[in-house]
Amino acid sequence: MNVVVCVKQIPDPAAPQALDPQTHTLVREGKLIMDDSDAYGVEMGLQLAEAAGGGEVTLVSMAPGGETSGLRTALAMGAAKAILVSDDALKGSDALSTAKVLAKAIARAEPDLVIAATESTDGYTGTTPVQVAELLGFPSVSFAKKVSVGDGRVHVERQTEAGYDEVDCPLPAVVTVTAGVVEPRYPSFKGIMAAKSKPVDQLTVADLGLDAAQVGAAGARQEVTAVTAADERKAGEIVVDEGDGYEHIVRFLEQLKLV
Amino acid sequence: MSIDKVWVLAESAEGVPTSITLELLTRARSMGAVTEAVAWGSGTAGLAGELGNYGATTVYDVGDIGDALPGVPVAGAMAELIVAGNRPDVILVPASYDGRDVAARLSVRLDAPVITNVVDVDSDGDSVSSQHGLFGGAQVATARFTGAHPWIFVVRAKSFTAEASGGAAPQVVAAPAPELGATNGAKVLARHAEERTGPKLDEADVVVSGGRGLGGAEHYAMIEELAKLLHGAAGASRAIVDAGWVPYSHQVGQTGKTVKPTLYVACGISGATQHLVGMKGSKNIIAINKDQDAPIFSVADLGIVGDVHKVLPKLIEALKAHG
Ligand SMILES: Cc1cc2nc3c(=O)[nH]c(=O)nc-3n(C[C@H](O)[C@H](O)[C@H](O)COP(=O)(O)OP(=O)(O)OC[C@H]3O[C@@H](n4cnc5c(N)ncnc54)[C@H](O)[C@@H]3O)c2cc1C
Ligand SMILES: Nc1ncnc2c1ncn2[C@@H]1O[C@H](COP(=O)(O)O)[C@@H](O)[C@H]1O
Repeated sequence: MNVVVCVKQIPDPAAPQALDPQTHTLVREGKLIMDDSDAYGVEMGLQLAEAAGGGEVTLVSMAPGGETSGLRTALAMGAAKAILVSDDALKGSDALSTAKVLAKAIARAEPDLVIAATESTDGYTGTTPVQVAELLGFPSVSFAKKVSVGDGRVHVERQTEAGYDEVDCPLPAVVTVTAGVVEPRYPSFKGIMAAKSKPVDQLTVADLGLDAAQVGAAGARQEVTAVTAADERKAGEIVVDEGDGYEHIVRFLEQLKLV
Repeated sequence: MSIDKVWVLAESAEGVPTSITLELLTRARSMGAVTEAVAWGSGTAGLAGELGNYGATTVYDVGDIGDALPGVPVAGAMAELIVAGNRPDVILVPASYDGRDVAARLSVRLDAPVITNVVDVDSDGDSVSSQHGLFGGAQVATARFTGAHPWIFVVRAKSFTAEASGGAAPQVVAAPAPELGATNGAKVLARHAEERTGPKLDEADVVVSGGRGLGGAEHYAMIEELAKLLHGAAGASRAIVDAGWVPYSHQVGQTGKTVKPTLYVACGISGATQHLVGMKGSKNIIAINKDQDAPIFSVADLGIVGDVHKVLPKLIEALKAHG
């Protein structure tokens, strides 16, 4: 079974994030790391390929500057190879442009199953994977919290407002996984060493046969006109509990007439 | 390009439109354009009156989609109408599981980009500007589309207050999905609803939430007990939902519910931006956390720096004594 896992490489979310003051797009410079949200997809892909008794995991990523450090992390976890699309023309891409690029790259790996996260940490549009599915002509199941594969079908427990749905879907398909579906493994030392020599196929927009006018800022057909700090709430009274903390809460509840 | 027609993707649960559907209809109406809704399922006729009451003059009914997930058939039906010439200028979609699927599928079918995480949209009759959160809601971006209509916005719950217009019953127009082929392969085999007692999380007047600071699933009982004493609902951070302590339906935040109760009590929750975005619209916030530098204190009206295992049992005791 060929499993493709989408791996977004992002600036470390723990570091302060910035916007380009001119274009208002996220600044993605310096070293990028694998989005933590995708670690679950990588683990799920590895487990499903193992369970299927053969097949391998191919990573697909779109990132600036030929960035591979996040991909190396996922290769160290056990993925076999990676496809990286990197091209200056992709600067300013929105979800749809990104999906067009990812779909073309994913198609090259001839996947039975495509796994992505329900949403990325930095962009969190949550639409890219299902856009990829539509572009590939695949069915999709979003918000999977449990996934198994057998008989050419994928079986998913999908989160819903009320609880969850059991969903059955023929392959090839796109599945988006939530954090917590599986416990991502830590790369072993051996894995980290092996990852250094695993193939990363680097492609440009032209290699994928895409028109530069369809992707990047040109394809996004939207602009951010202003960015402001969100309304801040004022911090109120802070009390260190000396055994009487609950009394402050009771008084507060009384003021609100909740007790 | 004036804004003449706005569509709202109308979701329903248990035979009534969801609150976000009514919120979006209210906003669509205020944009001064013709407001229409797109609904699916076998009960659209029963919903139509309420959709009209919030301003829809026409409801396009995709009809029964059987055991399919809504994304593919509903987007297919919408694209079919649009390609046939019935073109809205703006489409407002709820930021829900199915809403995001519909928006994504429709976006590709129409080759139209989508703006997501929207918390406000405004129209001056010609252009539409939207606001969406960045960095988990710490900053707000004002954005607009520069390409052709329709403009698709995926809007978060509770961005607007729903107000009925008292509009008449809308006309219901059948809008069945076209032939969908392989894309519509996903089928729901069974639906599981989690048991919940008390008020609904996103409608409750008081919400008491627990996080990883509780230290273990067994301690969540304190959260439930306090919620019950305050006639509220029990919520959670994503950390403890991922850890399997409580079902997903309890999650508050970016990927969970948006709540705006009179009182929100955060117990052992650090206050990550993705959690804050779902609760900082609450009228009053109490936080209990043993780390005085926890970001949750920056939004709290009353912050108790302390151990939940010490504060909560005493609080529960006191409230019980209060009667
Ligand atoms: C794309 C994306 C979407 C996300 N969506 C959501 C979302 O919808 N909702 C959400 O909540 N999170 C969401 N998150 C996760 C979020 O970033 C945080 O990881 C999460 O909110 C942390 O949960 P927590 O506060 O329970 O745990 P922690 O961050 O681990 O905090 C635990 C807190 O408990 C305190 N504590 C420990 N022991 C005690 C004690 N005995 N008494 C009192 N206090 C104690 C600690 O000081 C700490 O502040 C999302 C993340 C991403 C990347
Ligand atoms: N540039 C990218 N490279 C690889 N995968 C991506 C990229 N952008 C989005 N994805 C995948 O799509 C998911 C949802 O992204 P988003 O639409 O940004 O919330 C991510 O978590 C990834 O799995």
